[in-house]
Amino acid sequence: MTLLSVDSLSVRLRARPVLSDVSFSVGPRECVGLIGPNGAGKTTLLRAILGLVPHSGHSSLAALPPRDRGRAAAWMPQARDIAWPVSVETLVALGRTPHLSGLQGISDADRAHVDAALTTMGLDALRDRTATRLSGGEQAMALIARALAQDTPLLMADEPIAGLDPANQISTMEVFAGLAEEGRAVIVSIHDLGLAARHCTRLILLGEGGIAADGPPDAVLTPDNLARIFHVSAHYAHTAQGPVFQPLEVTR
Amino acid sequence: MSRLALALSALVAVLFAASLTTGPSDTSTLSDLSALFLGGDGPLPLVMREIRLPRALLGLMIGASLGLAGAAMQGYLRNPLAEPGLIGVSGSAALGAVLAIHTGLAAAFTLGLPLAALAGAGTGVLLVLMLAGPRGASITLILAGIAISALAAALTSLVLNLSPNPYAASEIVFWMMGSLADRSMTHVWLALPLMVVGWVGLATLGRGLDALTLGEDAAEAMGIRLTRLRLTLVVGTAFVVGAATAVAGAIGFVGLVVPHLLRPLVGARPSRLLWASALGGAAMVLAADLAVRLVLPERDLKLGVLTALVGAPLFLHLIYKTRAEMA
Repeated sequence: MTLLSVDSLSVRLRARPVLSDVSFSVGPRECVGLIGPNGAGKTTLLRAILGLVPHSGHSSLAALPPRDRGRAAAWMPQARDIAWPVSVETLVALGRTPHLSGLQGISDADRAHVDAALTTMGLDALRDRTATRLSGGEQAMALIARALAQDTPLLMADEPIAGLDPANQISTMEVFAGLAEEGRAVIVSIHDLGLAARHCTRLILLGEGGIAADGPPDAVLTPDNLARIFHVSAHYAHTAQGPVFQPLEVTR
Repeated sequence: MSRLALALSALVAVLFAASLTTGPSDTSTLSDLSALFLGGDGPLPLVMREIRLPRALLGLMIGASLGLAGAAMQGYLRNPLAEPGLIGVSGSAALGAVLAIHTGLAAAFTLGLPLAALAGAGTGVLLVLMLAGPRGASITLILAGIAISALAAALTSLVLNLSPNPYAASEIVFWMMGSLADRSMTHVWLALPLMVVGWVGLATLGRGLDALTLGEDAAEAMGIRLTRLRLTLVVGTAFVVGAATAVAGAIGFVGLVVPHLLRPLVGARPSRLLWASALGGAAMVLAADLAVRLVLPERDLKLGVLTALVGAPLFLHLIYKTRAEMA
């Protein structure tokens, strides 16, 4: 069973090829870290998968009707938009949008998902606070909770942990890894390779206009790939406390 | 029904009744209402049914239209400074009306002016939709709206510039100030069907506007069809604002101030703001139309002038409050 299959996907933005011939599939229990240098096309790939940018090739999600897609995959964009001073609870409840039909309001089942998402992200104390008045990190946590409340088999998040403190970064990655253990799948774009190595079951490395490497962290974070795509050297070791990854020097 | 809905509905009902029973003829409220519902002899039933009822109904309809369209526009653009006139509908409707006055079409038959205004609004909105394109971000819609508004305003000035005599010019200027005086049930029947279509369209936008709180990308990924939402918004606004401008002229500030004022009372949720602003807009226009009759009854104070006079300071106050919150 696959939750997402992408087949020879190519994206051109303003006549400039950004991604060409990208193919991969994601199944249950996978926590995929999407890594790559700035401008490698991580955001573009995620948006193309969802059908939000024009592309050629096939993505199983982009092919779905909009509402079905909203039930199949949750998407947390990099831009942390909260346009109106709504309460945190209201914000998280927006994640239930694809599950509501007609004029029907939010049901008890919907509310249960909202409560669970708030608890998972440790936001119970903030639920009645105005979302726009929270700190940037707290807003990010609320927006992750919104994506969790969508309760989809696949969660896609674009740099969700950027700007979070270490504790929140680790617990957010643990939440994602936990979703994968439940039998869901997560695709998360991330710049912190250390957290990616520790919490992701699989890494997809974007570079040179396509997928440069795809596999378990050990197979992707090789000295050769790091030098070729990221232009860094790194210390990567397996310790008693799990994998430890530390970039060291720029090699270019 | 929430407490806010009850309070706003009660306010609208009271203002509607007050609008029915306010006028130059010095009669009691009771006899006014009995003449309206039961008829009877003398001029009073005629005054009630042919003069005051259409005036009160138009105030209700136009206020609700402007409030609803304002809330929808602010929700879509995610900007509290948006207002329904932004997409050029009121400007192009005004141009149609001004052309009707200038060419004598307005004098030739009763519905000449409102029909010309509707034609103007329709042309304007089609141009905006063509310019903005079927897809694309909200910014293209704003730019297209600004372009069409500017063009309509320039052409309106040109008509004024070329008007044959000062009387024609002053007729145009007074019409553009907006008023509900001397309207008939014909105006109600002309505007109502169009407004109902627009109300129904705009009322369906609630869920999509709520989702847009998270930005266009997130909303689209949650299954909201943005292209359809935008089309419904623009066409719905064109119907309600075009019809409102056609029968009453330009009435500003209602669509801007009312949603802004009510937003904190509905927890800032765009869907709940839709109906709240419709009620609030109706209350504001009914109150303003009462005021023009009570403040300077003999000078024919224009409704649009009063809403701007009241609206601008109110808006300044809101800015001041926002500034204090941000500090």
